Amino acid sequence: MIPAAFDYYRPKDLPGVVALLQEHGDDARVMAGGHSLIPMMKLRMADVPHLIDMQDVDGMNGIYVGDTGVRIGAMTTQAELIDSAELADAAPILREAALQIADPQVRYMGTVGGNVANGDPGNDMPGLMQCFDATFTLFGPDGERTVPAREFYEAAYMTAREDDEVLTAVSFPTPAGGYAYEKQKRKIGDYATAAAAVQIVKDGGSCASASIAMTNLSDTPVFSEAAGAALVGTSVDGDAIRAAVAAMLNDIDPVDDNRGPVAFKNHVAGVILTRAIERAWSRA
Amino acid sequence: MSKKMHITLTVNGKEEEFLAEPRELLIYTLRERLNITGPHIGCETSHCGACTVTINGKSVKSCTMFVAQADGADVTTIEGIGGPDELHPLQEAFKEHHGLQCGYCTPGMITRATKLLEENPNPTEEEIRFGMAGNLCRCTGYQNIVKSIQAAAATMNAAKEAAE
Amino acid sequence: MKDEVTRDDRIAGLKGMGTSRKRVEDARFTQGKGNYVDDIKLDGMLFGDFVRSPYAHARVTNIDTSAAMEVPGVLAVLTAADLEPLGLHWMPTLAGDKQMVLADGKVLFQGQEVAFVIAEDRYAAADGIEAVVVDYEELPVITDPFESLKSDVVLREDLDPTADGAHGPRKHPNHIFTWEAGEKEATEQVIDAAEVVAEEMIYYHRTHPCPLETCGCVASMDKVNGKLTLWGTFQAPHAIRTVVSLISGIEEHNIRVISPDIGGGFGNKVGAYAGYVCSVVASIVTGKPVKWIEDRMDNLMTTAFARDYWMKGKIAATKEGKITGLWCHTTADHGGFDACADPTKFPAGFMNICTGSYDIPTAYLAVDGVYTNKAPGGVAYRCSFRVTEAAYFIERMIEVLAIELNMDAAELRRINFIKADQFPYQSALGWEYDSGDYHTAWDKALNAVGYDNLRREQAQMVEDFKSGKSRKLLGIGLCHFTEIVGAGPVKNCDILGLGMFDSCEIRIHPTGSAIARLGTISQGQGHATTFAQILASEIGLPADSITIEEGDTDTAPYGLGTYGSRSTPVAGAATAMAGRKIRAKAQMIAAYLLEVHDDDVEFDVDRFVVKGAPERFKTMKEIAFAAYNQAIPGIEPGLEAVSYYDPPNMTYPFGAYICVMEIDVDTGEHSIRQFYALDDCGTRINPMIIEGQVHGGLTEALAIAMGQEIAYDDMGNVKTGTLMDFFLPTAWETPHYTTDHTTTPSPHHPIGAKGVGESPNVGGVPAFSNAVHDAFRAFGLRQAHMPHDHWRVWKIANQLGLHG
Repeated sequence: MIPAAFDYYRPKDLPGVVALLQEHGDDARVMAGGHSLIPMMKLRMADVPHLIDMQDVDGMNGIYVGDTGVRIGAMTTQAELIDSAELADAAPILREAALQIADPQVRYMGTVGGNVANGDPGNDMPGLMQCFDATFTLFGPDGERTVPAREFYEAAYMTAREDDEVLTAVSFPTPAGGYAYEKQKRKIGDYATAAAAVQIVKDGGSCASASIAMTNLSDTPVFSEAAGAALVGTSVDGDAIRAAVAAMLNDIDPVDDNRGPVAFKNHVAGVILTRAIERAWSRA
Repeated sequence: MSKKMHITLTVNGKEEEFLAEPRELLIYTLRERLNITGPHIGCETSHCGACTVTINGKSVKSCTMFVAQADGADVTTIEGIGGPDELHPLQEAFKEHHGLQCGYCTPGMITRATKLLEENPNPTEEEIRFGMAGNLCRCTGYQNIVKSIQAAAATMNAAKEAAE
Repeated sequence: MKDEVTRDDRIAGLKGMGTSRKRVEDARFTQGKGNYVDDIKLDGMLFGDFVRSPYAHARVTNIDTSAAMEVPGVLAVLTAADLEPLGLHWMPTLAGDKQMVLADGKVLFQGQEVAFVIAEDRYAAADGIEAVVVDYEELPVITDPFESLKSDVVLREDLDPTADGAHGPRKHPNHIFTWEAGEKEATEQVIDAAEVVAEEMIYYHRTHPCPLETCGCVASMDKVNGKLTLWGTFQAPHAIRTVVSLISGIEEHNIRVISPDIGGGFGNKVGAYAGYVCSVVASIVTGKPVKWIEDRMDNLMTTAFARDYWMKGKIAATKEGKITGLWCHTTADHGGFDACADPTKFPAGFMNICTGSYDIPTAYLAVDGVYTNKAPGGVAYRCSFRVTEAAYFIERMIEVLAIELNMDAAELRRINFIKADQFPYQSALGWEYDSGDYHTAWDKALNAVGYDNLRREQAQMVEDFKSGKSRKLLGIGLCHFTEIVGAGPVKNCDILGLGMFDSCEIRIHPTGSAIARLGTISQGQGHATTFAQILASEIGLPADSITIEEGDTDTAPYGLGTYGSRSTPVAGAATAMAGRKIRAKAQMIAAYLLEVHDDDVEFDVDRFVVKGAPERFKTMKEIAFAAYNQAIPGIEPGLEAVSYYDPPNMTYPFGAYICVMEIDVDTGEHSIRQFYALDDCGTRINPMIIEGQVHGGLTEALAIAMGQEIAYDDMGNVKTGTLMDFFLPTAWETPHYTTDHTTTPSPHHPIGAKGVGESPNVGGVPAFSNAVHDAFRAFGLRQAHMPHDHWRVWKIANQLGLHG
């Protein structure tokens, strides 16, 4: 498996990246850890005449945990997410999710930015970012702009990012309440058959707010406002959970693949979501 | 073919300089250009870990890294971990506890395990199984690999204690 | 005071049979100094790779190589038209069929080799492949063997539809052979008259051995000396040399085949592949060494699949559960060419071991081989020629019969086992089982896992499930398997006419160390360690002083290689027999040195002693030196021996496996709580290595039963071509195993050993699969096809109405 030849660039700053993107248009791709892109290039399923390696670009790293929010540089790896004590404190679901991505070697290379930006519906971070109501920072010819994660994904591999833009960071308000990231997969290294990100805030005995998103059950991540709403004001009992699941099932649109047929995926989506809600509620 | 790049790498403590196409995969650089044939090629899609090396302190599957990305990096392969004069405790333990059969996954397995033990010097069986899950073995069923890593950990911890 | 060296010390010092000797191979492997085919680098070496068909069935109407020839670094592109004048565009298969080396007008499976690009390096070769333009005209695709036998679409237009195949008459242009064993009418009568009959279709799905190292070779034609050297991932290097000679016309003495270190084989590396032929031709054409290495997708899609047997079974019994007859009809999907690796007289391998561990008086088996638009192969993936299929079939049929009888499946097995005093046992399908004690093994296994308690716990979990307290079920997967390995007696076992003996040649050096060479080749089994142990015990020199060498046809004696668990039963026997020849000569030398008659000395661990005078002895080390230093009347100098061992019978290892598995009814996920494996492989040479073989084989069984498959869509596209979708378990998915053993030596093998490498796969698959089935038995499940991945387990539960 040998990729086609390409020109390689390792710019030092974002304007340098953008200049290359403008020059080469569709023929250029930015690469962070490369663990999604390189296998595709080796299988000659991705044609990348101009490859822009982001590893030396300034200002793309770092995890900043503030009083009210978190900002994670796009080049932050899954391993760095897992290792960050501050993050484990502020948004523990991130660590729980990151540990279920790929395998140890891939987590050293795979980045948050790559995971959210490439638009692969199998990736775990997009759903999680939608659960957080995160904001993505994009840098382009006109400088920075932000896009809500819930509006970023258009279709498989199609996002709101323009060809000459780079995703530089994800930011989100510090999540509150109980959390759970539940994922069913066939084995280590697999994408999700179904995965659910749930954050629930409890007030007294009832649910004050709930945010729910699922992964790999549609051609984009699925944030279901209705699923969250079904829990709010309830004691998150069986009926409420069933209502949330029903709402989610209405929003997903899985396809038949090696992980199973559509009926199975719908069923598992409900089971995984139920478990995620129950676990998040128990931690709320 | 695209323009060749000037590449500098440090491999097992030795500086290497050469011209290469950027698409050259690091595993081929090591195996074919530098004749470092310990790391192997198993799956080519970053699942099997036979090509695992340590790059700037991280375990990396070198079949999924272009040599251009590795320009300037510090690389350690199985050949840099221990040799006939001084075997690494992991190498000793894999021999002692039958942690290998055909040997094809072994260099990647041991290289990955060095990093695992660096990060977690006293892992449980579960932590070893999770921490080694990026490396496939078709022969051993992993049970003796787990045993080997546990034994190496004990040896290394004892040596550390003795030194203190 | 001098420490007394006891007899036990001397025995221990040999590190002979029965000791867990550490492996001599491991020093190089742990230091990254193995020497695998892709590690070979020769001056001026070129790289070849294939243009492959994206279609499963198509005519190839044109191949345009002109653009590829313009790619920098590309030297040549071979097509069938280039090979035809040499007669090499087709090659013989191991099954008596022939196979295209490069597409000759059509392709029959996705990934089939169409053209071979020869370039200066692998990058140029890959670019060259992209530049070859092939015009295809798509043809109707058949991926179902039953449909194939009814179809008007003729897959193999090269064959005369009315002519017999290699194994007799063909019933249809897409039919390959019918093979039968046992008594058809008698069995049908027994079934008609039976009190109870269980009938089921058991499918053993298509999978692949998938060793971590793919197949590959380096061919180097030395035109000056007329010598061809071929390094490759060959499980049978000597047979490969003969095949290369027969098809290339190069005399066999001018061909040297070398199997260096092999990164796992599991059957994948038995066959002869187009890559070998093309590399040899390319080296002859260019005068330079040519390397060909498969990538992982090539490997999974094109070289040597395994299984794909549809086994329709009927099993008859009395109301009390005594089995009276077994009937089986198998439809075998062989893909586009019949390239099974089986002994010539056994086109369905040893499928006729399908009466298993049971005393079944009457049985009948018929197998129909069928062409489809899938890759050729049908190799024994960690098994001895279809034994896994046979074992899976009978171990599923027993479970189905237990359901039919409403009986405990462990008890049903017990009352039908062949009894210890029935051995040697003549099976209804024609085999003579050498030895066994199944009842002892079975009771030990059931006790070890606390079988009765497990059944009680299982019943409680069913109750809890029914009452809504739990969504988990417990499966207790039972398996008692009997293998048939060590192919095989030359009178009925050959491949391409080559008898399946094996060999060992020993040279003792003057200082009392030795080298032994064998016709086999290790792929991880540790031959360099274990064969030295056999010899150490036989000739009384320390295993550490004995080098074992295999895989170089210029130096090793001829042998049929390593697969089908045959190395220990056949080459191990040859090693012991050659050792005994050494010992016989050593006895004469010792007698001469001790000045007594030959009959007055006897062998004792590492020496010959004068009978009745143990203080008078000569050690084997002293005898070795004498062999090179003394002129002994009537005895030639030197101490060497060779043995070609033709086994009188197969060996029949057996075992009792129990898998305890929890199943999540809602997600289809499983969790293996316990796996107990008792193996009886006869005399145990190295317990450490046996245990390692069992762990590995069980993990391959886990993969096959629980997820691994080569799946095709209706267009004949392979859906599982990378390790994302082709399931190889990681350490995380693999359970901890408990191993155990009994020892029932083979009466006909020189050291009583039977072989073990494949037992865990043969027995493991039914144990895992039966656990899944057993979990749902209380809800009416009879049969669900493997692999039992999440969605298929979910489907079982769904169809049984367990999702509310």
